[in-house]
Amino acid sequence: MIENDRIFQSIARIIMVLLCIFCLFPFALLIVSSFTDESTLVRDGYSLFPKSFSLDAYKYLINNAAQIGKAYLNTIGVTIIGTISNLTLTTMFAYPLSRRNLPHRNFWSFVVFFTMLFNGGVVSTYIMYSQYFHIRNSYWALIVPNLLMSAFYIIMMRTYFTQNIPEEVLEAARIDGSGEWHILWRLVLPMSRPIIATVALMVGLQYWNDWVNGLYYLTKDKYFTIQVVLNKMLQDMQFLKSNSMAASTNVDTSAMPTLSVKMAIAFIGVLPMLCIYPFFQKYFVKGITIGAVKG
Amino acid sequence: MQSNGTAQKPVHIIRRGSFFKFAPFYLMMFPGLVYLIINNYIPMTGIIIAFKQLDFSKGILKSPWIGMKNFKFLFQNDAFLITRNTIAYNLVFILLGTITAIAVAVLLDELRGKIQKRVSQTIILIPYLISMVVVSYLVNALLSTDNGFINNSILAPLGYDPVSWYSTPNIWPIILVIVNLWKGFGYQSIIYYATVVGIDRGLYEAAAIDGASRWQRIRSITIPGLKSTIITLTLLGIGRIFYSDFGLFYQVPLNSGPLYNVTNTIDTYVYRGLMQSNNISMSSAASVYQSLVGFVLVLTANLVVRKISKEEALF
Repeated sequence: MIENDRIFQSIARIIMVLLCIFCLFPFALLIVSSFTDESTLVRDGYSLFPKSFSLDAYKYLINNAAQIGKAYLNTIGVTIIGTISNLTLTTMFAYPLSRRNLPHRNFWSFVVFFTMLFNGGVVSTYIMYSQYFHIRNSYWALIVPNLLMSAFYIIMMRTYFTQNIPEEVLEAARIDGSGEWHILWRLVLPMSRPIIATVALMVGLQYWNDWVNGLYYLTKDKYFTIQVVLNKMLQDMQFLKSNSMAASTNVDTSAMPTLSVKMAIAFIGVLPMLCIYPFFQKYFVKGITIGAVKG
Repeated sequence: MQSNGTAQKPVHIIRRGSFFKFAPFYLMMFPGLVYLIINNYIPMTGIIIAFKQLDFSKGILKSPWIGMKNFKFLFQNDAFLITRNTIAYNLVFILLGTITAIAVAVLLDELRGKIQKRVSQTIILIPYLISMVVVSYLVNALLSTDNGFINNSILAPLGYDPVSWYSTPNIWPIILVIVNLWKGFGYQSIIYYATVVGIDRGLYEAAAIDGASRWQRIRSITIPGLKSTIITLTLLGIGRIFYSDFGLFYQVPLNSGPLYNVTNTIDTYVYRGLMQSNNISMSSAASVYQSLVGFVLVLTANLVVRKISKEEALF
C-alpha cells in the first residue's frame, strides 16, 4: 500500500513536471531566440541552444527607443487610465445594485445581465464607434470599446458587496448622517480591497493584452501599443523598417536583425505581466474561481 | 395593531422622499448606464444593418431595406463552412478542455509536495496571461518553414524534409486544438482544483478506512463532487458555442489563405468581410446570425439545466 503510494507520487510528480515544461517551453524558445545572433537564427532556426548569442536585438531596440518606447508608454498609459476608469465605473454601478432598498433593483440588474446574453455584434459596434463617435485614430479607441466596463465584473462586485458588507454597518453609518458617497468611499471601498485588487488585475491584464481594438480602429502608429505593434509586424514583416518614425530618424534599417528583434519585442511585451503575476497570484486565482461561480 | 402602525410609518417616509433619497444612487449609476447604452444597447439596434443595403453616404437609417437578401446570400455560400468550423472546434475544446482540466485538478490535489503544488499552479496559469498575438509568435517560432524549431531542430536531424506548415490545412485542426489547450487548461484546472479542495475531507478519510483504492475514491467522491462545476462550465461553453476566439483562428494561422477551409469561423468571417473584403452586408448578416443563434443557445442550455437541476442553472 505504502509502496504503491510512493510509485503513484513519483508518477504524479513526473506528469506535473512534464506539464510545466509543456507550458514554459515556447517561452524559453522566445527568450533564447531574442538573445540569439541573427545569422545563427537564419541558418539554424529558433533553438534552445543556439551556437552564438548576441545582444543585437536589444541594442537595436535601444537605438530605436523613440519607436518602441512610445508604444510601450502608450501601453502603460492605456492600461493605467483604462483600469482606473473601469474600476470607478464598476464600483459606482455595483454598490447601488448591492443595496436591497434600491428601487427597481431587479430591473437594473437585468439591464446589466442582459448584455451578457445578447449583443449587437461586431459590425454594428464598429460602425457606431467609427462613423458616429469618430474614435478612429485616437486614444479613445484603445480605452473605450468593450473594455471600459463589463457586466461580468459588475455582477462579481455586487455579489461581493452583498455577501461581505453587512446591511447593519451601512445602516449605522446612515443613521450617523453619512451620505451615500461618503459610505462608498470611506466604508465600502476599504472593506472590499480583495475584490478590487482582483478586478483591477483582470481588467489591467485585458488592457495590457488588447490588440483587437487597435486592429479595428488604429492606422496611425503614434497611437500603437506594444500589442498593436506586434500584430502589425506579424502581418507585415517590413513594418518596423518601413515605419515612418524610423525613416524620419534616419536609422540604418537595412542592418536590422529582424528575427531576433521580433522576439525581443514580444518578450518585453509579456515581461511586466510575468513579473507582476506571481505576487498577485492569490487575487488572480480568486478572480478566476469567483468568476466561475454564478453571480 | 400598534406594532403594525410603527412598522408602516418609515416605509411611508421612504416613499415620499424616494427620488431624492436615492438620488446619490442614481448619480453613481449614471456614468455606467451611459456606457452600457452606448457600448451594448445602441449596437443591438444596429442589427437592422443586416436587413439593409448599407450606403454610408445615406447613413444607416436612410439606406434601403432589402429584407432577407443578405441572409439568403450568406446561406447559399459560406454559412455552412463557418458554422461547421465554429461548432466543431468548440465541441472538441469543451470535451478535451474539461477532461484535461479535471485530470490536472485531481493530480494537483493528490500531489503531496507542497512546493511543487504551488509552483505548478503558478506555471500552468502563465499561458493564460499572454495575448493571442504573442501566442502566434510562439507558434511561429515552432512552425515557421525556414526558421521554425520543428523543421530545423526536430525534422532535419531525423532526416525529414521541412514541412510548410502554414499551407498544410490537414494538420491545423490538431494544431489549433493543442494551442487552445495550452493556453486554457491552466485556467480551467484552477477552477476545478478550487472545487476539489472544497470537497469534505472527511469523506476521503472514511473511504480510506473502508479500504477504498485511490481510483475508487476519485471516481466516487471527487468526480461527483465536481458535478455542479462541470455542468456550469459546460453550460457556459455551450452558450458560447457560436462564438470563437478571433485571435486563435485569425492570428495564430497568420491569416494564411490556404488554411481558410479549416480556420474560417464566424468571427474571422465577420472580420474579413468588414475590414478586408469590404463586404459589409454579408459580414453583418453573419454577425446577426451569430448574435441571434447565440442568444437562443444560451437560453436553451439554461432551460435544459433548469429541467435537470434547478440549482445549477445560471438564471
